[in-house]
Amino acid sequence: MRIVGLILVVILGSVLFYGSLAFPPWGDPASPASSHLSPYYIEKAMEDTSVPNLVTAVLADYRGYDTMFETIVIFAAGIACIVLLRTFKETESGSRLYRHIPTGITLKIDKKGRFPEDSVVFERIDSHWVPHDLIVKTTCRLIVPFIQIFALYVIAHGHHSPGGGFQGGVILGAAMIIYAIAFNLRSAIRRMSERSAVMLSSLGVFIYAGTGALCMLFGLNYLDYSALAGLLGVDPVTARSHGILIVEIGVGIAVMAVIVTLYYNLASAGRHDEGL
Amino acid sequence: MDALLNILISKANYWLYIILMMIGLYGIMVKKNLVKKIIGLNILQTAVILFFISVGAKEKATIPIIEHGNDTVHAAVSASHYINPLPHVLMLTAIVVAVATLGVALALVIRIHQQYHTLEEEEILKRIQET
Repeated sequence: MRIVGLILVVILGSVLFYGSLAFPPWGDPASPASSHLSPYYIEKAMEDTSVPNLVTAVLADYRGYDTMFETIVIFAAGIACIVLLRTFKETESGSRLYRHIPTGITLKIDKKGRFPEDSVVFERIDSHWVPHDLIVKTTCRLIVPFIQIFALYVIAHGHHSPGGGFQGGVILGAAMIIYAIAFNLRSAIRRMSERSAVMLSSLGVFIYAGTGALCMLFGLNYLDYSALAGLLGVDPVTARSHGILIVEIGVGIAVMAVIVTLYYNLASAGRHDEGL
Repeated sequence: MDALLNILISKANYWLYIILMMIGLYGIMVKKNLVKKIIGLNILQTAVILFFISVGAKEKATIPIIEHGNDTVHAAVSASHYINPLPHVLMLTAIVVAVATLGVALALVIRIHQQYHTLEEEEILKRIQET
């Protein structure tokens, strides 16, 4: 099997190597990919949408349908992960570990015992080895707000610099994941519950699709943001720029919530109890 | 010799991505462990993403963000000064969708492991036939 695979890969690779000789050279300005559609985008995007970042303009305006359905694919992936993994059964052992914070003594409480759930001096810890990690927790506490502010900047400044909804949403989700890793999964779920994560992911898709529907209500095509000019009180070109910002915010919310949902389910195998 | 060197310089990026793609394909076909198959799939995906990005490159051009776009009033923008934004748009969404589908793949792997307590393909097939 190994030999057969190697032979197949070598044959396919050499066919592709041979085919690559017909490709345009690297960085050729006249290559077919750069000579049909993209000059229009580069030369006209500024007049059409007043968005200097051409990637954002093409992403959310010219190819708005594509991006909307990509967002729906991401949303569907989050839902699929919940459907596949989420279980509401208790863990097999049923016993939990609690650490007495002032003394550092760890207690194991069986299923029949009373769990000190709301106690201030006891904290629940994962059943795998959990060290005292003051430095990690403090660093995380300091760094997470800055990550989130940077993520909001990436979303909001996507018109003028590299950035946008997808990137900002991933950074926001990463901030939540770093919090869950440094503390534990339960404290992350206390900050952002599973319910709110799912609600936010559908809210993000709703913002995107709703903006498109709003454009139809004002009498233009689906996702033609210039229809929003009257609503926003600006000229049609600026309205397209603002419409891009609105859908980017929707994309950012959806991506953030889906990343967080995926992490919750994958880290704890769907139990939302103890993770990583 | 010079002609050969020219071909090497102008096609080296494609060759790198072909090698990367073949590594990924080999992983998908030959490896028996499901997680290793997923890693192979991701390497293949990365090769395709890098290929698209390199197709968008242009010599003597900068990133596709128009400089001082909002300051000047309708200054003529030449397409040769900015690289092709289209591959970047396509791959931007592809990367995030790749992360989401990777999550689904890992969820499936976790379910398989819960059911059959192994990730080796042959053992899973054996246990399916036993039941």
